[in-house]
Amino acid sequence: MEGSSRIGVFLCHCGTNIAGVVDIKRVAEEIGKIPNVVVWDHRFLCSADGIDSMVSSIRSSGVDRVVVAACSFRTHEPVFQAALHRAGLNPYLLEIVSTRELCSWVHEGEKEKATEKAIRMVRAAIAKIRDNRPLERRRLPVVPAALVVGGGVAGIRAALDIADSGFTVYLIERGASIGGNMARLDKTFPTLDCSICILGPLMNAVAQHPNIRLLTYSEVVSVEGRVGEFVVKILRKPRYIKESLCKGCLICIAKCPARAIDEFNLKLSHRKAIYVPYPQAVPRIPVIDPDACLYLRKGICRTCEKLCPTGAVDFAQRGEVVEVRVGSIIVATGFEEYDISSVYEYGYGRYPNVVTGLQLERLVSSYGPTEGRLTVPGLGIEPRRVAIINCAGSRDERHLPYCCRVGCMASLKHAWYIKHLVPEAEVLIFADEIRASGKNFEEFYRRIRLLPGVYIVKSRASEVRANPSGTLSIKAYDPVLNREVTVEVDLVVLEVGIVASRSTEAVRNILKLGASPTGGFLLELHPKLNPVETAVDGVYICGAAAGPKDIPESVAQASAAASKVIALLSRGYIEIQPHTARVVEELCSGCRICVTACAYGAIRIVERGGRNVASVDEVLCKGCGSCVGSCPSGAIEIQNLKLSQVEAVMSEMQGWEPYVQRA
Amino acid sequence: MSREPRIIAFTCTYCAYAAAEAAGVSKLHYPPHIYIVRLPCSGMFKSHHVLKALRSGYDAVLWGGCHPPYDCHFVNGNYKALVRATLLKNYLRQLGFEDDRFRLEWIAAGEAERFASIAREMVEKATALPKLRFLKHSEVVD
Repeated sequence: MEGSSRIGVFLCHCGTNIAGVVDIKRVAEEIGKIPNVVVWDHRFLCSADGIDSMVSSIRSSGVDRVVVAACSFRTHEPVFQAALHRAGLNPYLLEIVSTRELCSWVHEGEKEKATEKAIRMVRAAIAKIRDNRPLERRRLPVVPAALVVGGGVAGIRAALDIADSGFTVYLIERGASIGGNMARLDKTFPTLDCSICILGPLMNAVAQHPNIRLLTYSEVVSVEGRVGEFVVKILRKPRYIKESLCKGCLICIAKCPARAIDEFNLKLSHRKAIYVPYPQAVPRIPVIDPDACLYLRKGICRTCEKLCPTGAVDFAQRGEVVEVRVGSIIVATGFEEYDISSVYEYGYGRYPNVVTGLQLERLVSSYGPTEGRLTVPGLGIEPRRVAIINCAGSRDERHLPYCCRVGCMASLKHAWYIKHLVPEAEVLIFADEIRASGKNFEEFYRRIRLLPGVYIVKSRASEVRANPSGTLSIKAYDPVLNREVTVEVDLVVLEVGIVASRSTEAVRNILKLGASPTGGFLLELHPKLNPVETAVDGVYICGAAAGPKDIPESVAQASAAASKVIALLSRGYIEIQPHTARVVEELCSGCRICVTACAYGAIRIVERGGRNVASVDEVLCKGCGSCVGSCPSGAIEIQNLKLSQVEAVMSEMQGWEPYVQRA
Repeated sequence: MSREPRIIAFTCTYCAYAAAEAAGVSKLHYPPHIYIVRLPCSGMFKSHHVLKALRSGYDAVLWGGCHPPYDCHFVNGNYKALVRATLLKNYLRQLGFEDDRFRLEWIAAGEAERFASIAREMVEKATALPKLRFLKHSEVVD
């Protein structure tokens, strides 16, 4: 117990954020009564002026430990630690009390009680910090390579940025080709650029970049290690094609007799058992689908093997796990459409002429199932009238409560497709409202709205029903006419809400990333200030896996994540927190319970003075405290969070009696 | 006026504490009777802390961690907490503590509203509980 230490307490007003609820004066008064404690307050402690005054206060008063009652340690610990460092104190002699997040912000309107709570919280921190010891950060080297998971436009942009700065990048894609959902789009709003024409060059740049190792048809199996040195195991699924021999002539595909549903065309057509997903695919190396291939299923055929001029077909190929070491990881696993068949009233999955927005992209694409002629699935005709239903599954408490961010603009683009391909067709867009808040979005909205034969009905469609002739009837309430309307159409396009792709969940489980409660979008470290960082050091997120967004936003975020990675890799080292476990050898009986509790294998039993005691490897230890909880003797502790400190915190927050200084 | 309970919440840094902070950021109100302690991981669960808290005058204890199976930042600390908490729960019941005195909850970093509603609920339930009275040694032993 360091009874002689002097503690400086800094109370931040945070403007009115804290001081508007907590009576800082009263807190200062109460805390000032504690022996060997000096109190200061500041309107904005984290301002340059606040930090300067903090440094000079620490220096002039000679305090040797500091409690800051302000905001979250997550955002401000580095700021205040730096202040301690400037004042000549070890940065681990700092305790931050979140009087803002945990008190003033949640107890507005209860000023009296919030003030009392703040006093107790500060007292608890004072009691805890008395036992803190100075700790030293450890420096570890960083492997100069990065892993990018997901080969959509975000992953591609991030990989190119990192590779251009001279570092090795492993770009992993689950599918047979990179390109992601953007490769499915025919055009992009609001400029109506041809999607693959702007994406294709980037895909080829990836394939040819000397610093990028492209691993398609591969999945992450496990990630171990930490920022600076992640050991990643990657499963390379068998393509049944030797990548080194294949020249991409695609003769093999022409004669393949087996067919399967085409996932790239979103089940609108069929492909061969040996296939490349689409003509511009990168790499231009086919894949054999083992569930469709006649040889792999029934042991007959082998036509592709006979046709291949380079002998690249290899039916004996097996999945292979490769291991790579990287300093940092970017997750860009993208989005997929919400399963809209669960919105029964829209009839998706029951009626062939109800399609999703992405399916429409394929229907109008020159490399889609109809090679760019718009025909209604099931009816086989050009549509005479089309209904576009916005917010399908989105902004709906029963399905996805959030806005998909792209549906409104996509619906306008889709109206343009239809008018462009079938000029005499009518298009009705059913939308509560059109959200056109983006660069040139409103202008695009105006352009589409003024097209003859495009009508925007300001309401949600309530039901889609099939007519005996195969056409569909849409029911909706029209607020302009103030009555229910029924419209007969040939084709219904649902602008479906988006969720994080299925592989996002698998990757996030491996990396221990957080996710939003609905949609499964990856959680950023801070929604405003750390939008690409995650709670896991060295792991960054970008693109639609991190939240609904359009292409320019995904690309910007990808470059942001890449710049974080480049900063880390070029610095070449990381500093790690020193809050590791430590064994109190006099109390340890060498029972080994902590050894089994440790998930990192960081504890070993060693002999000390003829006795077996536990010993912690400080490089492996992550400081989680599982061993602390398991120890029946109280013999293992996390540094600066000892059992006695937890108890001190508990009793200070509980104790109402006037402060009595402990021995 | 009704009794003012006091509750202590042990929360893990990456999920439950983050949720508590998120509740603050979103200004989700809950009663000020709940005090939050940040631990690295719910796997630091020690029955001793819970018993000590009840013994020293807290009316109820919340232990918050990350959702099983995969959310735990430290591989499986939440399972360690679950095992120990289950044992403790039975033990507390045998000792005569009401079930509302101790709760183990999984609260993800994004579940700010869930944290706030658990806090509200615990304070409400603890208000209805009698103040704990521990027998003196002389009252137990003849």
